[in-house]
Amino acid sequence: MSTRIIQVDTIARVEGEGALRIQISDGKLEDVKLRIFEPPRFFEAFLRGRDFTEAPDITARICGICPVAYLMGAVHAMEMICGAVIPRPIRDLRRLIYCGEWIESHILHMAMLHAPDFLGYPDAIAMAKDHPDVVKKALRVKKLGNDIMVLLGGREIHPINVRVGGFYKVPTKEQLRRLKPDLQWGLEAAMEMVRFASQLNFQDFEQDYEFVCLRHPDEYPFNEGMMVSNKGIEVPISAYDTVLVEEHVPHSTALHSRIRGRGACHVGPLARYTMNHEKLTPLAKTSAREAGLAEICCNPFKSIIVRGVEVVFAFEEALRLIDEYEPPDRPFIPVTPRAGTGYGCTEAPRGICYHRYTIDDAGAIQDAKIVSPTAVNQSTIEKDLWHFIEPNMDLPDDRLQWECEQAIRNYDPCISCSAHFLKLEVVRQ
Amino acid sequence: MPGKRRPKLAVWKFASCDGCQLSLLDCEDELLDVAGALDIAYFPEATRSVQPGPYDLSLVEGSITTPHDAERIHQIRRDSRQLISIGACATAGGIQALRNFKDVREFTRIVYASPQYIETLRRSTPIAEHVRVDFELRGCPIAKHQLIEVISAFLNGRKPNVPTYSVCQECKRQGVVCVMVAHGTPCLGPVTQAGCGALCPSYHRGCYACFGPKETPNIPALSQWRRERLGASDLEILRSLRTFNAAAAEFERESIRHEHQNHPG
Repeated sequence: MSTRIIQVDTIARVEGEGALRIQISDGKLEDVKLRIFEPPRFFEAFLRGRDFTEAPDITARICGICPVAYLMGAVHAMEMICGAVIPRPIRDLRRLIYCGEWIESHILHMAMLHAPDFLGYPDAIAMAKDHPDVVKKALRVKKLGNDIMVLLGGREIHPINVRVGGFYKVPTKEQLRRLKPDLQWGLEAAMEMVRFASQLNFQDFEQDYEFVCLRHPDEYPFNEGMMVSNKGIEVPISAYDTVLVEEHVPHSTALHSRIRGRGACHVGPLARYTMNHEKLTPLAKTSAREAGLAEICCNPFKSIIVRGVEVVFAFEEALRLIDEYEPPDRPFIPVTPRAGTGYGCTEAPRGICYHRYTIDDAGAIQDAKIVSPTAVNQSTIEKDLWHFIEPNMDLPDDRLQWECEQAIRNYDPCISCSAHFLKLEVVRQ
Repeated sequence: MPGKRRPKLAVWKFASCDGCQLSLLDCEDELLDVAGALDIAYFPEATRSVQPGPYDLSLVEGSITTPHDAERIHQIRRDSRQLISIGACATAGGIQALRNFKDVREFTRIVYASPQYIETLRRSTPIAEHVRVDFELRGCPIAKHQLIEVISAFLNGRKPNVPTYSVCQECKRQGVVCVMVAHGTPCLGPVTQAGCGALCPSYHRGCYACFGPKETPNIPALSQWRRERLGASDLEILRSLRTFNAAAAEFERESIRHEHQNHPG
C-alpha cells in the first residue's frame, strides 16, 4: 500500500495557529483534519463573577483582528438583559465603527493574505515588488478603515471607547466630516480593488452550502437582525442555541458547530452577500455586477471579490452615516443591571459572532458563551477540503499543499478567536 | 553584521489574540520600509515562506500556557540573537493569566465538554519567566510608534527610548483634565506605565492599565484614595487590577491583598 501524507505544521497567512493533515492511501483520500492547536484561554470561565460592564473590553481580547465584533456582541447582549433602548445616533456610530473594522480586516485579507495565493507569491511583500501600486493602494485603503476605528474607538486594536449603553465620548459632526474626502477616495479605490479581484483566475468550485447570517428588514446587517439561512432557518438570535450546536472533537481546541440535525454551515461574506444582496448600497451592487458576480455566490475562492464588494458597501455606508449624523444628547445612556439572560449576535468580518450571558441583579456574570465565526466554519472548511482534494489528487505534494492552504484561506480563518481553534499534513499511502 | 546583509526578523506567537503582531501589519505607512530594512524570515501571519534560523531579531507575542510551548520558547531563544517580547501576554501572562488565581481544571470543565483533550498549564506566564529576554515592550495591545521605535533602535544598535513613567505624565503633557480629580472617575493612570498617549482619559474614561505597572508604583496608596474618596469596594479594586496585566508582580500583590479583604479568612 502506498501512503501519501501531506502535513502543514503551521498554516501561514491566517490569524492564529492551526495545522492540516491529509492522508491519501492507494490513490484514495482517507482523511482530512484541520487541527487547531491555538492554546485555550478560557474566556467563558474567567468571565464568571466579572461585572457586566467589563465583558466588552475583556472579550475584545479574544481577537486582535476583529475586536469590534466582540465589543458589539457583548454590549448588545448586556443591553438586551437590562432592557436598554439605544438612541439612533449611538446605533449609527456603532454601524460606523463596524464599517471601519470590515474595511481594515477585509483589505488585510484580500491584499495581504489571499491575493498572493492567486498570483503565486508567498506574501504581499514579495507581491509588492511586481505589483507595487496594488499593494500600496491596498495599504492606504486599509488605513482608512483604521482611521475610522481610531476616531471612534481611540485605537485600531482593542478600541477603548465602546461601553454598555453607548460610547465614552462621541465625535463632533466636524470630526466626522473631515473623514469624508478620504472616504470618497477609498470608495473609488475599493471599486478598483473589486475589478482587480474579479480578474484573478478562479477554480470552478461551486458548493452546496447552508449559508447562515443575519438579515435585517432595512439594511445590510451589522449588529441586528434575524438569524436566517438559505435552507429555511429564520429565528431570533435568542434561538441560536436551538439551531447551532457545538461539539468538542479531539483534534481541535475549537469547538465544532453544526446545524442541529443537518451538519455544517457556512458563515461570512458569501453568506451575507447571498442572503442580503438586495440590501447592498448602489455602488456595491454595481461593483458586484461588473465583477460578474451573480446574486448568489457559492464559490469560496470568489470570497475575495465578495469581500471587496463589502468594502465598497462599507465606504458608502460610512459616508451615509456621516452625512446623517447628529450627535446624541449624551454619549451613552445609563444601564442598570437586572437579573436575566441576553444575546448578542453580530456580523464580524468572518461571519456571525455569538454571545450569550446570564447576569444577576448586581450585574455579576453567572454564565457566558461565545462562538466565533471561524469555529462555526471549521466543519465547512474540512468539507471543502474533501471536495477540493479528490479531483486534484494528481498534483504534486507541494502544489496540492499550497492549493489546500488557499482553500482554507478562502475563509480568512481567525484561529486566535476560535480556540475555544491551523498546521497542514498530507499522508499519502 | 557582515556586509550589507539585512538582519533576519522572526515573529513568534504563543497564547494571544494576534493583535500585537497585527500592529506590525497595521503600520501601513512604514510596512514596506520595514520590509526593506529587515529580511522577514519567519512571520506566519504574513507569509508562507519560511527561512531557517538563526534570526537576528525575534519578536515574541503571547504567553506560555502549554507544556509544548514551554519547550518551544527555549529553541526560539537559542535561534535568536535578540529576543523582544511584545504585549501584555508576553510580558505579564495576559488576560489568560486570570487562571493563575483559580483552578485551571475547573476552567477547562466550564469551557470544554471533553476536558481530557485539553493540555494546559496551571499558570499562564510571561516569556521572561522561561528565557532571557532582551527587551519587553508593554501594552494590550502594544503601541505602533513604540514598536517602530524598538525595531529602529535594534537596527541602529541603541537602547529603545520607551519611558517607564506613568500615564499621568502623558495626561499632563497633553493637557487632559484629570478624570479622577475632576470627575471622580476611577483611574489606574497613576500606577500604569505610559505609552498609549493617555488614551482613555482623553476619551473621558479612567485608565484600565493596558500597559501594566509603571516603574515603582505605589498601588496601595491609590487603592486607599479610591476607597476613601471614591467609595470603591475591595471587589471593585480587585477587579480593576485583575485584567490584562493581572499577573504583573505589583498588580498581583495588591489584588491578592484585596482578595483577602474581600473574602476574609
